[in-house]
Amino acid sequence: MKVRVFVTLKNGVLDPQGKAIHHALEGLGFSGVNDVRQGKVIELDVADSVSDADIEGMCTKLLANTVIENFRIERLAA
Amino acid sequence: MKSAVIVFPGSNCNRDLQVALRDVSGQEPAMIWHRETALPEGLDLIAVPGGFSYGDYLRSGAMAARSPVMRAVKDAAHKGVSVLGICNGFQILTEAGMLPGALMRNANLSFVCRDVDLKVENSQSAFTSRYEAGEEIVIPVAHHDGNYTADEETLDRLEGEGRVAFRYNCAVNGSKRNIAGILNEAGNVLGMMPHPERMIERAHGRTDGRRLFEGLLEALG
Repeated sequence: MKVRVFVTLKNGVLDPQGKAIHHALEGLGFSGVNDVRQGKVIELDVADSVSDADIEGMCTKLLANTVIENFRIERLAA
Repeated sequence: MKSAVIVFPGSNCNRDLQVALRDVSGQEPAMIWHRETALPEGLDLIAVPGGFSYGDYLRSGAMAARSPVMRAVKDAAHKGVSVLGICNGFQILTEAGMLPGALMRNANLSFVCRDVDLKVENSQSAFTSRYEAGEEIVIPVAHHDGNYTADEETLDRLEGEGRVAFRYNCAVNGSKRNIAGILNEAGNVLGMMPHPERMIERAHGRTDGRRLFEGLLEALG
């Protein structure tokens, strides 16, 4: 089974890379972008026996640094 | 002072630390490879060096923080062994949960590599006893991810408990409250972005970093 983990910076944590992307978009002439936040997508291929709790454990123990990041788990149909 | 330097694949300041510790203490530090699960008996100090451990994949220090040897380092710290994390070592200690907060990409996105002016905020720790509180020193930095962040409550607690060991005199990397180095609650773990091991002999230009190691020698024997 495929699982996608979205890791994003928590609200209130400054995102210098997102800011740089924002500036670059403006430099390309795209207007109307209010804000840009950069994150990560991590794709896992796991056995069906792997539980939601297991995946959550993977996120809190390694995939996200919960001091600064949030995560969201999405299970994809096989 | 019996010391050890942890060596990860991608560490690149382990030899500088080895030389600094040998030079100041007169004793050869043990070099401990990351796959070790036990540390030598009777250690007084464990140093976690700078570099790019495991390529800094995922996040700086994230992989190293979960390596076998770090479990032994955590246990040793709980038992009171002093732990010094420099640069990538500081990132590893925060990722391992041994120090609060996190080190993010520098605010201006540039790698910063230069000597910086630091203020010694706390001279009561084993790491800083050879400095005067409020003293200004110069120590080099070389990092891309040194932007220290923590929530306001944590920052207030660090300040209130005297756990900010070093502070930049001016903005270097976007760190909250210009924090350059912090202590854990018990005071036996220090993480700092600047590299004291790169300023220990006259050939380095200055010797401001040497007193950190001399203080440790004095405190730990």
